[in-house]
Amino acid sequence: MSFKTSYFYSIVLRRLRSNRFAMAGALVVGILFLFSFLAPYITPYAPDTLDAYRVLMPPSAEHWFGTDELGRDVFTRMMYGARISLKVGFVAVGIAVTIGTAIGLLAGYYGGFLDSLMMRGVDIMLCFPTFFLILAVIAMLEPSIWYIMAIIGLTGWMGVARLVRAEVLSLRERDFVQAARALGASDLRIICGHILPNALSPVLVAATLGVAGAILTESALSFLGIGVQPPTASWGNMLTSGKDYLEFAWWLSLFPGLAILVTVVAYNLLGEGIRDALDPRLNR
Amino acid sequence: MPAYLLQRLVALVPLLLGITLITFVVMHLAPGEPVEMQTAMNPKVSAQARERLREFYGLDKPLHVQYLNWLGRLAKLDFGRSFAPDNRPVMDKISERIPVTLSLNVIALVLEFGLAIPIGILAATRRDTLLDKGITLFVFLGFAVPTFWLALILMYLFGVKLGWLPISGLHSLGSDKLHGVAWFGDLARHLILPISIATFGSLAGLSRYMRSTMLEVIGQDYITTARAKGLTERVVIYRHALRNALLPVITLLGFSLPGLIGGSVIFETIFAIPGMGQLFYMGVMSRDYPLVMGILTIGAGLTLVGNLLADLAYAVADPRIRHGGNA
Repeated sequence: MSFKTSYFYSIVLRRLRSNRFAMAGALVVGILFLFSFLAPYITPYAPDTLDAYRVLMPPSAEHWFGTDELGRDVFTRMMYGARISLKVGFVAVGIAVTIGTAIGLLAGYYGGFLDSLMMRGVDIMLCFPTFFLILAVIAMLEPSIWYIMAIIGLTGWMGVARLVRAEVLSLRERDFVQAARALGASDLRIICGHILPNALSPVLVAATLGVAGAILTESALSFLGIGVQPPTASWGNMLTSGKDYLEFAWWLSLFPGLAILVTVVAYNLLGEGIRDALDPRLNR
Repeated sequence: MPAYLLQRLVALVPLLLGITLITFVVMHLAPGEPVEMQTAMNPKVSAQARERLREFYGLDKPLHVQYLNWLGRLAKLDFGRSFAPDNRPVMDKISERIPVTLSLNVIALVLEFGLAIPIGILAATRRDTLLDKGITLFVFLGFAVPTFWLALILMYLFGVKLGWLPISGLHSLGSDKLHGVAWFGDLARHLILPISIATFGSLAGLSRYMRSTMLEVIGQDYITTARAKGLTERVVIYRHALRNALLPVITLLGFSLPGLIGGSVIFETIFAIPGMGQLFYMGVMSRDYPLVMGILTIGAGLTLVGNLLADLAYAVADPRIRHGGNA
């Protein structure tokens, strides 16, 4: 990256640091990373050890968030569940951003028939209720975390494609791009060297917000029993047993749901913070 | 207007074809032929059903022929028969459940817009006050809360703890003996929780959108002019600003439809409501391929119709679209 762009990002970072809400979001995300990596050192319990004598115990000093119907420690399982959420968030969004950026770049840069073809493709994908499409694909395959991540990514690239395309449409007419073309730079060089770095800002925002969306989708799928399969702990499938024991054990439903809520709020705050830092003019 | 309508209808054709193509691709995602998949995975499917399926999809023919055949059947709304023991035509199973899902979603949609528009106006006109900040906070939480979790919490509070509201189905046991108002009251009590959840799902995004379009309009010159003329703030906001701020919101009507229909899987499953979403969920769980494909196609088709209606509403509201020609 050139001197100029890195200078730009250092300004952005400074603006971001002065945003209290964004920093709170970043802090929560950081804590989640710590929890998911250090889980085995933080808790004395294993996520899937059954304990028939400690079934459905309410929160106490030993079991901060209580135990579930098989005597497993809820807090421990939530820390391992954080791993799943982080993994799903990043892999799914990575897929969506890669596809969306590639399609947006090609459609915006070359225009014409390719552009209309690709944008009709976006329109078509947007017709499907995303949740229906995801469920249908899973019905054809097996519910596994890898498929889930891939499917969430493959059904979530359309917004990024539109964003990038719009950005490219304005960039390709700018003087520096015209200059590069006049100097005889190849299309590949213009796209990767001149347009892409300048079109990345909105992608960064969309990606951060996208992680939040992917975490929500995964938890809903797991809750319905078609996402991450037990005994692997995910916040969504923990809530499934929460529903079964709603009348006897409120803690099974409360804590994993709060974890999802807090995580999604954190990513949203961070994403909005990045947006404001990238372009202060948009600041309401 | 007729020219505009025709233009929109023609634009639907490639979208419809695209929808069927994607559905066709999804159907062929299963490793091996769907028929063999059934044999391997689900012993419950009889040899007879397997043969029927093979014949229905014409799996011995090349892919493009299969696709065209399938399209031909779709044109007649023939999705084949369900794999479930009842073995009924998929279209029958779906069409008896569409009214439930559609009416729930329409009620939710009306409530959503009915609440989001005043909330957005309030936040925009009292910008940066405590009220605006409170609304922003609510919007942020609304964006982040998993609807199925909210459903659990409400079920616990109102169903289990307080015992005020029923938490599953559309009718109580023995409600068939009730008549008129009592029957309707029973239905309404069953609907309160599911509809609240469905409404809440997109309320946050919509109010935020309303707030920002309102703010944008308030910044325009003609609003300043209206104020300079000495009009009261009330007239300025509701006569001059609101109309223009509402225009982009109409487009959202179309956009929010796929989310609502998709979301019906979640709340219909949780509250045991016999709608299309629950049917879809059961189809997915039992790998009832014809049913899943049928609902996927119909769900996308409904979205398409919704988008068309939103486009038309927009054209009615905004003469620039109607007469502009190249929209």
